[in-house]
Amino acid sequence: MTNAFLEISNGEKIERKQIPHLSFNDFHKNILNIVEGGGKVVQYFGYKDDDSSIKFMAVLRTDKLLVTGCDASESYPSLAKTCEPFHMFEREIAEQFGIKPEGHPWLRMVRYHPNYQNKPDVFGNDYKEDIPGNYDYYKVDGDEIHEVAVGPVHAGVIEPGHFRFNCIGERVLHLEIQLGYQHRGVENLLHNVEAKRLPILAENIAGDTTIGHSLCMAQAVEALTSTKVDKGAKIIRTIALELERLANHIGDCGALSGDVAFLPPANYFGRLRGDFLNLSLLVCGNRFGKGLVRPGGVRFNMDDGIRATMNERLDELIPQVTHVLELLFSTPTVRARFEDCGRVSNFDADKLGLVGPAGRASGIGYDARREFPTEHYDKIDIPENKKPSGDVYARAKVRYDEIIQSMKIVRSLINTPIETECVNTSNFDLPASSFAVTVNEGWRGEVSHAVLTDKNGKILKYKVKDPSFHNWNGLAMALRDTGISDFPLNNKSFNLSYCGFDL
Amino acid sequence: MLNTLKNRFEQGCKTNNYPKEKPAVFERYRGKPEINKDASLEIIEMCANACPQDAIDKDLKKIDMGRCLFCGTCERVSNGKFVTFTGDFEISTSQRADLLTDGDLPALAEHSKQHFKKLFGRSLQLRQVSAAGCNSCEADLNVLATPFFDLARFGINFVASPRHSDAIVVTGPVSRNMKTALLQTYEATPDPKAVIAVGSCTISGGPFLGSPEITEGLDTILPVDLFIPGCPPHPLTNLHALLSFFK
Ligand code: SF4
Ligand code: SF4
Repeated sequence: MTNAFLEISNGEKIERKQIPHLSFNDFHKNILNIVEGGGKVVQYFGYKDDDSSIKFMAVLRTDKLLVTGCDASESYPSLAKTCEPFHMFEREIAEQFGIKPEGHPWLRMVRYHPNYQNKPDVFGNDYKEDIPGNYDYYKVDGDEIHEVAVGPVHAGVIEPGHFRFNCIGERVLHLEIQLGYQHRGVENLLHNVEAKRLPILAENIAGDTTIGHSLCMAQAVEALTSTKVDKGAKIIRTIALELERLANHIGDCGALSGDVAFLPPANYFGRLRGDFLNLSLLVCGNRFGKGLVRPGGVRFNMDDGIRATMNERLDELIPQVTHVLELLFSTPTVRARFEDCGRVSNFDADKLGLVGPAGRASGIGYDARREFPTEHYDKIDIPENKKPSGDVYARAKVRYDEIIQSMKIVRSLINTPIETECVNTSNFDLPASSFAVTVNEGWRGEVSHAVLTDKNGKILKYKVKDPSFHNWNGLAMALRDTGISDFPLNNKSFNLSYCGFDL
Repeated sequence: MLNTLKNRFEQGCKTNNYPKEKPAVFERYRGKPEINKDASLEIIEMCANACPQDAIDKDLKKIDMGRCLFCGTCERVSNGKFVTFTGDFEISTSQRADLLTDGDLPALAEHSKQHFKKLFGRSLQLRQVSAAGCNSCEADLNVLATPFFDLARFGINFVASPRHSDAIVVTGPVSRNMKTALLQTYEATPDPKAVIAVGSCTISGGPFLGSPEITEGLDTILPVDLFIPGCPPHPLTNLHALLSFFK
């Protein structure tokens, strides 16, 4: 294996020629080996090289990051057939490049768009219809079986997606989730737009993960251009990522409470979430942290005045959040609904490659802040937040613990003066034929960007992976053998991103 | 039970008093732009070139708030010599063209359709359609239902079915994959109905300008009555727009 992979660091510039280029068979054999041995797929994608040939690249993680590549073939025997974590990645490659993974157990489109190569469509679509049409859902047969179809337009103020339940009575036998409605062509834009638009696009891949995606881009560009970031900027970025985690986790706890009809915490958390969004606004003028992170550092400082205001707000907010959390988790009717609902076993979670709180709730300890620390995280002690039970309760409890931890982290980081040189213009002069991959622990889990440049230093491939790309199948799994009326509760307990998945 | 009551007491009443009083927004918030018409051509050009959205019209010396993301780049590169962003969150318009502004906006309340006020002034039911975008616009609409904003006190609610709604509120740049679903929702909404475009994405394509997968401007496919700019619009911007236009 030593020659089959190059060991790299998170956010390290690599010359592309250093990356092993294997024969297709060796590539497959080696990545399969690692993943079957417990490694995980961080990135696995196709790209069009300088000479217009299509290549594959994989970034895997064990306790290290490993990268390798090969030439693509016209079709290939599917890895997902025996090794589930490749499932979605192979579908994505098929959709983007028209390359078929033979024997793939569930070859369906991912986002419903024509492939980039003008090849015959792997899924038999002609894309004349605007709506993702030609989708062959999983079917269950039998006398008492019925299907429930929901979406793309949902009943609430939420993103679009289609959910197809196969049920017997109230019991869900299988749920299939079909997405793609939010597809905006983000990756292709990233390949083509002027550099000044790049950070803007990163911020808007998934607005609730603005900081997570912005950090991935900023770190990749900084690595490639050898730009140094000062300590103050790293601290501010860390604070921003934790504020993002806080706002979302607090919002989720409120939503979970609402879904079990316990309204006081639903309302209190709804308001408190807004208060945490306002702390991002305090720093950078935008409630979602847009405009804050740029390659090279941050655009806004945290002077003593800002720190003092934030401290004052936290004096009020921290006890309130803590008390409402205690109320939520000590209420027996809430516990009764959370516990044992939508269980995903550790075995299944591992096979599906779940990440973030969803993974930790099923006993997978991985947290990129601990294992591949960026920014200020190497100086912060992040506990291992894994839980054994894999149910709604565990997914809620991971959030509970992380809320308490993140409030402490933010509090301690703003206690001492933070000095930084604000950046107004970033260096986007990317070096030729280079590569960098970045990984950050967003509030939903592992966010990762991979950037390859061509022989002129232009972006050849910009690959974005939101944690939701791994986790949607976790939600489908949680619903198995669960009452359909528990879908909203389970859905909230994952709270995945449609736009982050659809790109 | 005791714990529930204790929390209730600690939380108190948090609902703001808008529109009677304007709630304070933190200082770095970027609301309505103000333009210095006397800025030198050189500075204006510098701002226009730095703008990631090409939202600055150099000749008219105006900003197109329909394209602008309120990222503040223009203000920063010029040290506020050409553009400064004020804390004024009341920035919505009833005409697309009015979004191209030097900071002087027509009063929305006077430009709304009077029959809408009569029809929907006391009860306004909204159906939201999320059509691509980044989900922040949806988040800051959702937040209107929380106790701080408490939209329902004005008789305004988000409802589950277009059949029960008086207006559709669209967010996102209407991806190809969402277009049919959006148009069907519009069709399913009974007349008379209003169409509200929320966020830069919906108004112009926003950050995704230039992608073949999206629609550059909701008004190219549906008649839009109310434009609420921002990326995303502040919840108070949404609230102001709904109250001035319909009340
Ligand atoms: S604030 Fe608006 S006009 Fe100014 S640079 Fe940003 S997008 Fe352009
Ligand atoms: S306008 Fe901005 S905040 Fe709203 S959906 Fe588009 S990108 Fe997101």
